[in-house]
Amino acid sequence: MNENEKTVRLPWFGIPKVLPYAKKYAKLIVIMMLLGALTSVIDSAFPLFHRYALNHYVGEGVLDTVAVFAALYVGILLVQVAANFISTYLSSKVELGVGRDLKNAAFTHLQTLSFSYFNQNSVGYVHARVMSDTDLIGTLLSWRIMDFVWNFSYIVCVFVVMLTINRSLAFVLLMLVPIAALFIALFQKKLIGLNRKVREINSRITGNFNEGITGAQTIRTLVIEEKIGREFEKDTEDMRCTAVRSAHVSALFVSVVTLLSSIALALVLWQGGQLTREAVMEIGTLSVFMSYAIGIMDPIQYLIEMFTAIIQTQANIERFTTLMGTQPDVKDTPEVLEKYGDVFTPKKENWEDLSGDITFEDVSFRYPDGEELVLDHFTLHVPKGTSVAIVGETGAGKSTLVNLVCRFYEPTKGRVLIDGRDARERSQLWLHSHIGYVLQSPHLFSGSVRDNMRYGKPDATDEEIWAALALVSADEVVRRMGDGLSSEVGEGGSLLSTGEKQLISFARAIIADPAILVLDEATSSIDTVTEKAIQEAVGKVIRGRTSFMVAHRLSTVVDADVILAVRDGKIVEMGRHEELMARNGYYSHLFRQQYEESEQKVAFARGV
Amino acid sequence: MTKSYKTKGSLIGAFLRGSKRFFVAGALFSALTALTDLINPQIIRFTVDSVIGEKTPNLPAGVQTLLEQVGGLGVLKKSLWQIALVVILVALVGAVFRYVNRLANAGGAERLVKTMRDMLFTHIEKLPFAWLSKNDTGDLIQRCTSDVETVKRFLSEQLTSLFRIVVLIVLALFFMWGISPALTTAAAVFIPIIVLYSLLFHNGLQKTFRKADEEEGALSQVAQENLTGVRVVRAFGRERQEKDKFEKQNDIYTAAYMKLSVLLSAFWSVGDGISGLQVLTVVLYGAVLATRGQITAGDYIAFISYNAMISWPVRQLGRVISQMSKAGVSVDRIWYIMQGQEETDLPEAKPAPMDQDITFDHVSFRYGEDLPWVLKNVSFTVKAHTTLGILGSTGSGKSTAMLLLDRLYELPKENGTIRIGGVDIREIKKEWLRQNIGLVLQEPHLFSRTLADNIAITQPVTRMEEVEEAAQTACLTETVSGFAKGYETFVGERGVTLSGGQKQRTAIARMLLGRPPVMVFDDSLSAVDTETDAKIRKALLEGAGAEGLPLPSTRAAEGSPLPSTGAAAGSTLPETAKAAATPTMILISHRVTTLMECDKILVLHGGEVKEFGTHEELLKKNGIYRQIYDIQNSGRQESEGVNQPSPEQENVEKSTVSEAGGKEGSGHE
Repeated sequence: MNENEKTVRLPWFGIPKVLPYAKKYAKLIVIMMLLGALTSVIDSAFPLFHRYALNHYVGEGVLDTVAVFAALYVGILLVQVAANFISTYLSSKVELGVGRDLKNAAFTHLQTLSFSYFNQNSVGYVHARVMSDTDLIGTLLSWRIMDFVWNFSYIVCVFVVMLTINRSLAFVLLMLVPIAALFIALFQKKLIGLNRKVREINSRITGNFNEGITGAQTIRTLVIEEKIGREFEKDTEDMRCTAVRSAHVSALFVSVVTLLSSIALALVLWQGGQLTREAVMEIGTLSVFMSYAIGIMDPIQYLIEMFTAIIQTQANIERFTTLMGTQPDVKDTPEVLEKYGDVFTPKKENWEDLSGDITFEDVSFRYPDGEELVLDHFTLHVPKGTSVAIVGETGAGKSTLVNLVCRFYEPTKGRVLIDGRDARERSQLWLHSHIGYVLQSPHLFSGSVRDNMRYGKPDATDEEIWAALALVSADEVVRRMGDGLSSEVGEGGSLLSTGEKQLISFARAIIADPAILVLDEATSSIDTVTEKAIQEAVGKVIRGRTSFMVAHRLSTVVDADVILAVRDGKIVEMGRHEELMARNGYYSHLFRQQYEESEQKVAFARGV
Repeated sequence: MTKSYKTKGSLIGAFLRGSKRFFVAGALFSALTALTDLINPQIIRFTVDSVIGEKTPNLPAGVQTLLEQVGGLGVLKKSLWQIALVVILVALVGAVFRYVNRLANAGGAERLVKTMRDMLFTHIEKLPFAWLSKNDTGDLIQRCTSDVETVKRFLSEQLTSLFRIVVLIVLALFFMWGISPALTTAAAVFIPIIVLYSLLFHNGLQKTFRKADEEEGALSQVAQENLTGVRVVRAFGRERQEKDKFEKQNDIYTAAYMKLSVLLSAFWSVGDGISGLQVLTVVLYGAVLATRGQITAGDYIAFISYNAMISWPVRQLGRVISQMSKAGVSVDRIWYIMQGQEETDLPEAKPAPMDQDITFDHVSFRYGEDLPWVLKNVSFTVKAHTTLGILGSTGSGKSTAMLLLDRLYELPKENGTIRIGGVDIREIKKEWLRQNIGLVLQEPHLFSRTLADNIAITQPVTRMEEVEEAAQTACLTETVSGFAKGYETFVGERGVTLSGGQKQRTAIARMLLGRPPVMVFDDSLSAVDTETDAKIRKALLEGAGAEGLPLPSTRAAEGSPLPSTGAAAGSTLPETAKAAATPTMILISHRVTTLMECDKILVLHGGEVKEFGTHEELLKKNGIYRQIYDIQNSGRQESEGVNQPSPEQENVEKSTVSEAGGKEGSGHE
């Protein structure tokens, strides 16, 4: 697996890499920052109201300015409420906007990547890049900036105010800041490590549950419930210990931070109290200092937490930029793009028809992640309308030829000619629009039958859809679903059986009347009736088309114009059925085995 | 068997076993922490009024005595650092309380979550296989992980913070009341307003939350389907449509979250406003009271501090309460699992000798009341130490029969009996039964650990030699030597992926290590080729003794002398000893070459016994078995021109192919 971090360390926590995505929101971000600064100024100014009230009303015992005081207070409060609302609104807007743009960019880029990428990276891994990395980067460019501005500016404002009203007392508090910052940073570092460990053990426990449930039958037959249970309890105990250790550090952390603010308060009370007693300072000023002393620790803590978050987001940025930097192995040349358009903006007016004559001309091929040549100077002419069957055991590499025909991969050496011209001379999309493809494990998209059929032909009418379904006898299936073409197929087609999905995917493949048909037959056992229906369907749909069949069923193999037998990734035999049987080699061995199995089914059917 | 829980309350009680005392300690120290936090404003009040100011202090008796012992107010007035010291001392005590409180809470929470997980896991491992196959795996895991997490949060975070908040507010109000009842009333009027505002808002927000969640799920699904269906997308050239679909859903998702964000922004801003007004009220009214001489400057400062201390907790209260409602659903979902009936044995169940005849006596079975019968009145006997071959197509009920034999499904009393040595298997201890029947499934599950650990998983202690011997019998040695790490190769998600045949052979080796007197192969040689199939069977039948792997007749006979010498092959052993060492085997297979070597062959079809007898008998009978035999034989004749393949022949065939490979690979046509 390639997913185990093939990323590069980026300077500046990778932030410069994602700044282009924030450009669109630059204005919003600036307003957001300004408003954030404004709210922090107001927040740091509120204690001054108390100071005035203490010095003037409480100290001097007059209430002369109460009306103005209240009006001013309410006025500033309203400004703060408004600024708060707008800045948090903008933060959300930037966060979600950047997240959306990044998701779109990642998704769009993935649509252009080659199969080698998807073979090397699991769906779960790629999915997380699209869905969660992007969110975290969005948060970085909005809330993190906002947090930074607010906390930083709050600290600055507080010290400015303090320095203005009493310099020496301000210095006393200022001294505490680096000590506090150092403490907090040390604790944070320790906590990050512990929390990572907690997450690791947590996913191990989830894995244990998974194994305990999916492996239940095996566990019961082996009578190892107790052993598995003991091991599980070891993991949960490990979890408990690590989590408690982490809690211990964070409890210590919180206690130390509150202790620090109490120390700040004590210093103010001591130094400031003396000043007040000597009547150098008013009581209200002392109160302001006390408020600040208690209030300054939180922003320091938040600032450091923010840095930790930035460091943690760096990994997300690196993974995201690695994805965006991945180049497809198969690429159309600029000239081809110029004429035929790209996948998102095809220039269909320039597209030629395709008749389906395919030639492998001295093709050698090695998978990008493989070392061995799986095709070595392979030459084969497949005239229009020819059927090619590819047989071999599971995992023998039967898909290689199909991958080359579809241009999912390109030959390492040699050429694949389509209608006499190098496949590279025309765009991938052009080629794909002329290929009908049926996957071994039929993949339907959630939505209606109609949606899925239109996958093959976006402008298909209901009549066309029914006709295509009828051709492969899938119309009965759809009628049984109750809602006709509007029936939902469920996530991944989960509301249908494998055989039914297969039939619908046949219909989907032929609805656009493609010149080339690629069939990857299912190995999974399906009931005899459906199997018969599928066999008939195959016979019908390949007629008049150039077809490539990764075949498991005898009927398709026997009637094929060319049979290729594949073993360990290499083509070991080639020819018609009779020739290969006469040769008495690998193919005949495979055939015999299959024959036995299928005839056995027939015998059982007859024997009843 | 663990006891069953009659009510959800008793279940939660069981979950809390061992962690309750931690939560009690946590609560106690939480109250103590709140109390120490609330002392500071009193110190400030005293300092401002009596140390800096000239008011005669009104101190509690204890503190007054203490003050006089250090030299009275005068000393303090000259050296304020002593007050600073008191503040720090109080803070130190507070820090210790806070630390203990948090640690106790975390200790309780982690113990709680461990207990919950352990109980769930242990229970799940005792649930009948039938129960598990009825439920969706993903959903069960969800219940064991995120629902457990929700319940943990409820008990350890939400309940404790509710307690902490309430204690803090009550204590603070008490102190505030001591300063000025009138001012306290004015301050407290806002509390219900703020709590109610927050509670109503959060409850109203739930629909928006759910909607945003759903849209996120939908977007996630679009991406998921695109990635799993990448071949289809490419082959049909649907990249643009996929992009449009994703972007459209992305917009809907973003809008849903934006709506949520706007509401939350408004909520917090308005909350800030209400809190600000409350502070203003306290400040102004306090000023009024001060000018009237009802409170001092120290009172005023202390009161404002108290008010500030409760402002944030009050705002949190509504949210905490509204979140608590979610826990109920999670408790229900966990309760569902805990209510599943665990597997049981009859009270009189006991071990029984297993190297005996196995009899199916009029066995019928179906998986559910409204489902069709899978087995219909099936009767047959497998003599001890002999091999039975079973032939049957998909859905013939052959696997079901084996699951019943191993009691993975319980055969209802009225549907016949399965006996081993005349003893109804319902009266045999399940554990005993399963330990003595080595059942190898067609698609065996390997555990995510090393190959060696997988093979030795049933054994408490294992010598490496034993593992290697078992692997040899199962023809796994070659595969293992192909791995760089050999037996230490990690299997599964985090390691190498084994092919179907390799998995089957590993499972056979695993079974062999348990040395069961009964072995059942449920089509578990289907993914290995014919030669290896034959080799494994040969090794099982005669080679076990020779390879130092004695197969004890039963574990009950542990003390009896067993053929354990590694020198001699099975055939040189005295006849009786050999028979005792030979396991009773049931082989499900579709290969006639495999079946014809069995002592008896059973043909199952549609849940009924169609044919039963020796190879010769069935051939004479001219039924299904005969037909299949003929077909498989003719297939062989056609391709090889001989009746039965000898090992040499297979080798020849193999070399032909590889030769052809050399030729074909380098350019054809």
